[in-house]
Amino acid sequence: MASPFLSNTTISFSSSLSSSHLPRLLPSISFSPIRFKSNPRRILIVRSKIREIFMPALSSTMTEGKIVSWVKSEGDKLSKGESVVVVESDKADMDVETFYDGILAAIVVGEGETAPVGAAIGILAETEDEIAEAKAKAASKSGASTPSAPPPSPAPAATSTLAPPKPAPAPAPAPVAEGPRKTVATPHAKKLAKQHKVDIESVVGTGPYGRITPADIEAAAGIAPSKTNVGPAVVVETTPAAPPKATAAAAAPSSLPPPVPGSTVVPFTTMQAAVSKNMVESLSVPTFRVGYPVTTDALDALYAKVKPKGVTMTALLAKAAAMALAQHPVVNASCKDGKSFTYNSNINIAVAVAINGGLITPVLQDADKLDLYLLSQKWKELVEKARAKQLQPQEYNSAGTFTLSNLGMFGVDRFDAILPPGQGAIMAVGASKPTVVADADGFFSVKNKMLVNVTADHRIVYGADLAAFLQTFSKIVENPESLTL
Amino acid sequence: MHSALSSLSFSQATTVPRSNYAFDSHSPAFALSQPVNLRFCGLRREAFGFSSLTQSCSGRVRVSSRGHSKKISASAVGNGTPPKSFDYDLIIIGAGVGGHGAALHAVEKGLKTAIIEGDVVGGTCVNRGCVPSKALLAVSGRMRELQSEHHMKAFGLQVSAAGYDRQGVADHANNLASKIRSNLTNSMKALGVDILTGVGTIVGPQKVKYGKVGFPDNIVTAKDIIIATGSVPFVPKGIEVDGKTVITSDHALKLEFVPDWIAIVGSGYIGLEFSDVYTALGSEVTFIEALDQLMPGFDPEIGKLAQRVLINPRKIDYHTGVFATKITPARDGKPVIIELTDAKTKEPKDTLEVDAALIATGRAPFTNGLGLENINVVTQRGFVPVDERMRVIDANGKLVTHLYCIGDANGKMMLAHAASAQGISVVEQVTGRDHMLNHLSIPAACFTHPEISMVGMTEPQAREKAEKEGFEVSVAKTSFKANTKALAENEGEGLAKLIYRPDNGEILGVHIFGLHAADLIHEASNAIALGTRIQDIKFAVHAHPTLSEVLDELFKSAKSTQQPSYQKKHLGGICSFADDSHT
Repeated sequence: MASPFLSNTTISFSSSLSSSHLPRLLPSISFSPIRFKSNPRRILIVRSKIREIFMPALSSTMTEGKIVSWVKSEGDKLSKGESVVVVESDKADMDVETFYDGILAAIVVGEGETAPVGAAIGILAETEDEIAEAKAKAASKSGASTPSAPPPSPAPAATSTLAPPKPAPAPAPAPVAEGPRKTVATPHAKKLAKQHKVDIESVVGTGPYGRITPADIEAAAGIAPSKTNVGPAVVVETTPAAPPKATAAAAAPSSLPPPVPGSTVVPFTTMQAAVSKNMVESLSVPTFRVGYPVTTDALDALYAKVKPKGVTMTALLAKAAAMALAQHPVVNASCKDGKSFTYNSNINIAVAVAINGGLITPVLQDADKLDLYLLSQKWKELVEKARAKQLQPQEYNSAGTFTLSNLGMFGVDRFDAILPPGQGAIMAVGASKPTVVADADGFFSVKNKMLVNVTADHRIVYGADLAAFLQTFSKIVENPESLTL
Repeated sequence: MHSALSSLSFSQATTVPRSNYAFDSHSPAFALSQPVNLRFCGLRREAFGFSSLTQSCSGRVRVSSRGHSKKISASAVGNGTPPKSFDYDLIIIGAGVGGHGAALHAVEKGLKTAIIEGDVVGGTCVNRGCVPSKALLAVSGRMRELQSEHHMKAFGLQVSAAGYDRQGVADHANNLASKIRSNLTNSMKALGVDILTGVGTIVGPQKVKYGKVGFPDNIVTAKDIIIATGSVPFVPKGIEVDGKTVITSDHALKLEFVPDWIAIVGSGYIGLEFSDVYTALGSEVTFIEALDQLMPGFDPEIGKLAQRVLINPRKIDYHTGVFATKITPARDGKPVIIELTDAKTKEPKDTLEVDAALIATGRAPFTNGLGLENINVVTQRGFVPVDERMRVIDANGKLVTHLYCIGDANGKMMLAHAASAQGISVVEQVTGRDHMLNHLSIPAACFTHPEISMVGMTEPQAREKAEKEGFEVSVAKTSFKANTKALAENEGEGLAKLIYRPDNGEILGVHIFGLHAADLIHEASNAIALGTRIQDIKFAVHAHPTLSEVLDELFKSAKSTQQPSYQKKHLGGICSFADDSHT
């Protein structure tokens, strides 16, 4: 994983490592004395006492190196000349030693990972006081989001609003609640979590006995299942054999346009990577869209009435959608295999929420069954948790059967949503605006009209289904008393 | 001991040609130390009665004439003057690799030999050990290669997803075991070794009974008896082996299922090899090791490298410094539950839930029911106490005459080929040539991908010895990365390490981690066995390009202050046990 490390130009540094000439392997390897010449940003004045440890060039042909092992761990004191890290070049494994005394504050490139020559692989702090600062620097180096924060689930994208794909996996021998259970993750899952900086505690295990499997981590990190997984998938004889998954999604465009000079490249965070993956995946679903104008005067009146009781517009719309879905179960269904309808027994409305650096879709479970007030309260909790990044996986993952996305508050009058993989339909709600309307008798009047636009999977939801659903939805919104029942 | 004066001359006569016979691992002294032997035999002549002379004399004569071993006892009886008539010259209890090696060599030496086996011929190695595991490892090696897209790509090969059929793999292992077993059986039958079926029990000096349960026992006598009953997997207390989800190597080799996640208790040879097999077949592995380091038996540097290659990049994690104090098999809808206890504080540390657990905590000697109490021998943790010549020691610290114990049952070096070498050494002794096996010349190998092999001392052991005895130790290393053949195979990962004395060029130990390490080690082990020094072996020529050039380079990079022996008359290394007194 040669991630491009963005050198932080505000902190000046000097090269802090030389490669020790490793006596045990090939003794005759020579090093170019100025190893980091290629780094144009190098400033020789050391303002900070925090130094970066670079990937050294161990041979003239070396362009990148793999960290074989860190001899020292984070927090270890180093003295000049000591071996810090073993680097594998194209020729041999070499011990690399430090030129400075200090403390190894942070390891940026872990064991087994690869970094280009000149990239920072670790941070050296001069004193203990600087460790925190160095660590912060390391975090910014590591390119990914801070390990503690990210809700690791695939969260959806830019303009459209998407719920995570995970088609609620049939939990094997269900993780029966027997008090607080500790997280059980398989060895490979742990390694992957570390590699992709996924907080393992936030992942819901779908493996046997509720354990976290490598696939769970990959799903959480939003990457395609690795092909090297031999597992039972290829075991011809054992019955539960799933056909080896094609990793078509991973296929990268073969020819990339050259970057515009002066552009910067910022790698995706885990969440953004997940969004990207979902978006690409959505291309395999044949979707179509049906729009419908809905008169909202009655709804607005109702909203004015119930607002003091803590009811939000989102809750009203979710409730209305849920009630409509109850009458049109096919819109609440999904197509998992391209061969069948999967009718969901619950109506769980995922609602898109923009959060800093991405978006997430908390799920209002059983939205048709909860009353408006409970639903509103539930929604408030979810939003607070989402903003605090404390959502539990089951609150945003897997469970949504229909997604609602509202950009009306920004004045958007209509938009088009991308259908999240694993769901049958998504509703995009625009702003409600006063509109001149002519009725059947030719009278003009001004009514508040809102455009809703539903994107659906045409393999299971046909035009008439969607139209009928929208008609029902519209009726509910125009006669919203039933929402409060 | 039964050697007699006259046998001396005969054995010399027969030994000389036989020393050319490329038999396993004779100590360097064997062929060259006739003066030493002479002295011993001289001593023995005083110690032993004259009457045995005729017997062994006539026996020898017949044997050396063409090796018709079956006629020995007949001719001995025909001569009419044995002190006592024995059914056999040699009885071996246990037909594993150790017993087999001893039996073959005994026949070679003209002894009328019987071997008693209560189970199947071949013992642990052939049926439940090295042999079937090699079959599984052959599969895992190929799987590993085929799965490594990167590796295949580097060759320009394209392979679609590799898969396997578990039963097919299991059958391969089982077929291999059967084949080797029948080879072993046939080789003994063809040579005229009597295979006696039943559990052997020593009932008195030179007397063994054997028989199957429910059948009358037979009693046979032999001049000499070798115990070679081997070992069984050792299962610590608190671990419940059900043979399905909590298993030992015995069960694992049948490969009845491939769990998604298996814990392996113990990270020695057995554990490591199985981790190689299971991860190649798609399992994830968790090691549980009581010591602070994984692979505690290996040279630390090799262990570190091996961990880098065999553990870290694979689907393996580990817990070190912990005992698995309780393991409950999967049942009632629950997984296998392993309770870990801190090895130092004895505090409970963690609980693991896995699909299976393999107990690879070593092996325990299989010596129950041997009747050792009948000859006043007390086992130590189950092992039969022996001296350096495999002679059994009784409860009073005295040697039990005519009784030897080889292989896992004595615990000196629990390796199949060590048992065999010990058996051959014993046969040498009972046929009148003193012989002491140099255990430091016995190689060991772990057949992971890549393999690990070693002979002699580890670096810490060598340094400790050097400290004590006041000599200097040097270390030389070469990398597989510099070897043409290894690079051609895209298998540059590896290291060979030589530990030696720069003052005299003696090889103290060689450790190899890399492609075909198990085959490469023999150049080093032979050098140690034959006393070849660095300054000489570096002139030996190796074909190019071969992996053995790794060792060539290793020897060449070592620096001995001694002149090579072609420049001087070399006399070293032949009298290593000349000063061993015979108490």
